[in-house]
Amino acid sequence: MSNGQEFIKNYKQGSDYAHGFVTDIETIDVPKGLSKEVVHFISKQKKEPQWMLNWRLKAFDRLQSMKEPDWQKPKYPKINYQDLYYYSAPKSLTDQPKSLDDIDPEIRKTYEKLGIPLLEQKKLAGIAVDAVFDSVSVATTFKDKLNEIGVIFCSISEATREHPELVQKYLGSVIPMSDHFFATLNSAVFTDGSFVYIPPGVRCPMELSTYFRINASNTGQFERTLIIADKGSYVSYLEGCTAPMRDENQLHAANVELVALDDAEIKYSTVQNWYPGDKEGNGGIYNFVTKRGACRGKNSKISWTQVETGSAITWKYPSCILQGDNSQGEFYSVAITNNYQKADTGTKMIHLGKNTRSKIISKGISAGHADNTYRGLVSIHPKATGAKNYTQCDSLLVGNKCGAHTIPYIENKNSTSEIEHEATTSKISDDQLFYCRQRGLNQEESVSLIVNGFCKEVLQQLPMEFAVEAQKLVGISLEGSVG
Amino acid sequence: MIDIKNLRASVDDKEILKGLNLKIGKGEVHAIMGPNGSGKSTLSYVLSGKEGYNVSGEIQFNKKNLLELNAEERAREGIFLAFQYPIEIPGVFTNNFLRTSLNSVRKANGKVELNAIDFLKIIKEKAKELNIGEEMLLRPLNVGFSGGEKKRNEILQMSLLEPSFVVMDETDSGLDIDALKIVSNGVNSLRDPERSFLIITHYQRLLNYIKPDFVHVLSEGKIVKTGDWKLALDLEDQGYGQFIN
Ligand SMILES: Nc1ncnc2c1ncn2[C@@H]1O[C@H](COP(=O)(O)OP(=O)(O)O)[C@@H](O)[C@H]1O
Ligand SMILES: [Mg+2]
Repeated sequence: MSNGQEFIKNYKQGSDYAHGFVTDIETIDVPKGLSKEVVHFISKQKKEPQWMLNWRLKAFDRLQSMKEPDWQKPKYPKINYQDLYYYSAPKSLTDQPKSLDDIDPEIRKTYEKLGIPLLEQKKLAGIAVDAVFDSVSVATTFKDKLNEIGVIFCSISEATREHPELVQKYLGSVIPMSDHFFATLNSAVFTDGSFVYIPPGVRCPMELSTYFRINASNTGQFERTLIIADKGSYVSYLEGCTAPMRDENQLHAANVELVALDDAEIKYSTVQNWYPGDKEGNGGIYNFVTKRGACRGKNSKISWTQVETGSAITWKYPSCILQGDNSQGEFYSVAITNNYQKADTGTKMIHLGKNTRSKIISKGISAGHADNTYRGLVSIHPKATGAKNYTQCDSLLVGNKCGAHTIPYIENKNSTSEIEHEATTSKISDDQLFYCRQRGLNQEESVSLIVNGFCKEVLQQLPMEFAVEAQKLVGISLEGSVG
Repeated sequence: MIDIKNLRASVDDKEILKGLNLKIGKGEVHAIMGPNGSGKSTLSYVLSGKEGYNVSGEIQFNKKNLLELNAEERAREGIFLAFQYPIEIPGVFTNNFLRTSLNSVRKANGKVELNAIDFLKIIKEKAKELNIGEEMLLRPLNVGFSGGEKKRNEILQMSLLEPSFVVMDETDSGLDIDALKIVSNGVNSLRDPERSFLIITHYQRLLNYIKPDFVHVLSEGKIVKTGDWKLALDLEDQGYGQFIN
């Protein structure tokens, strides 16, 4: 009897993943494995100044005495770090392209297939794009226009050469070099990523966005992003991610640091659609990412919005350190897991300043045999008088072979603070599905509609241009979850 | 239009419909009355393709074998069920739901899908006829709606989708007299030689407003008596006892 309770049918094919193609280009790879030589090699490829190389080497040394953490819920087979490549770049880019027209046509095609035009004349209206292909940034659009108002938007490699004073001042200032194993690994071997600086009082007039693409096999991607919003400035930034379908698991361990000074605001949105593996759970990306923002100035604000639909394992906690008085942190999250995907995600809100406020809205959706954990920390320090937090964690189960878990940690050291926590767990009911189908929607349209309704509060936070895409992605990632 | 022969439906080992026969011609309005638990809602679900029942017998709908179609295919063929208990869907705005629904039905029937602007024009007009405020369309589907609002919302969907066969399951229960009039007007304005209705109700009072061509009494999963609208008056006077052993 096929009623909605007896869900769990086959995810049609692994090939449902629309971004699963491989681009055939010649690449330069480093020798396999993790060593001082590799660190030297990467730094040299990037033409980095000496101080940057020294910083990397220091991280490499620290790493030798560190252990991979294993407190997370999703377990994975031991990664052999000597069996990975740490750098891969399209050969055609060894001499950086002088202009967007010099980009290898194969790479340009890749981005076109992904719906990301790199040529400025074909640009998305009002969105500046930085595109990272394996280990290098291949193109940044709209640079000149942004330069006119003093906004710096470029690859992090370029920033180490062109804006060393800013990079030296802020790199590692939010995520210390030896914070934890993956952060330290990233500090030693990070390849590329974006750098953004918004000068005082400037409201960045366009969305900034970076698209990350892993192409090469057996290659870890270790990107590094640094965004600084100077006093009274505003920026909205979006990152998107895709990868080819491969049978082996691929490691992605990024570090993202945000700094907001007095009265500044950073809105950071992620639509993560790394390859999730096939329906049996083979392959897929390990997405082990460290994202942290510091509200360093008074009245500053950092808002994280994430829509996590891809990856075999997602393990990340975009966090806010609320140092400035009256500063605000927000975390809006949708995490969807289907088939054998696993997610352990959430946030940390660290209240240090007076009257700091934080808001956490988390929507976890679990289907198939997947497992979804919200893990969050709200920490109110003794000096954070008048601090407030509101947390709402909702889980939605599709079928009865999946799992959802909510693990909120609260540390309160100030009696004047207010902390509110709400949590719910629900299921898509047969009656809801039937009601939709009686009105002409098919099974998949019905699931997509109900799940989009469930996530509405979070999806609404995305920049308009991306909200529609994200809604479709929600539907696609749950295809085949009900049958 | 629809021809039901020896329809049986059971859940687990419990038989609910026990050999039901019913024929409804084009443009006809039939009423089904019957005590609680006699199988009225089950009949409405089996007609509209809800899963979870073991069904045997035949249902012909416009020459098609209805039992071979799933719920959405039946909806797209023109079958509409006004639910006894409309379902809440949090976060999905009523507006958006109605447009998605209308467009899936239109698409299946080879018609162009409506954009948001054209849709709004149509829905606003229909809502007005049913005395439904626009603010209701901006609320999540049925969430926090009063009983009367939910029922009017069902009728709104009916008038939007313009189905050819409508099953109304106790749409009148819980309506005050004003709402009852609005709902009946809505139904009457859709009466059409090409459209048939099956109206399930407990009370004769609805049938004062929507005059049926035939009235059937359902008891223990079977139709035990059929007559014209005067049968409803009889039932009101004397109850179901006379038909049930
Ligand atoms: N899903 C079900 N599982 C078990 N019994 C059911 C189910 N649905 C209906 N029934 C039983 O079948 C009988 C008829 O129910 P229903 O069709 O709702 O009656 P009515 O609408 O006439 O009040 C009742 O005894 C009810 O308890
Ligand atoms: Mg009933």
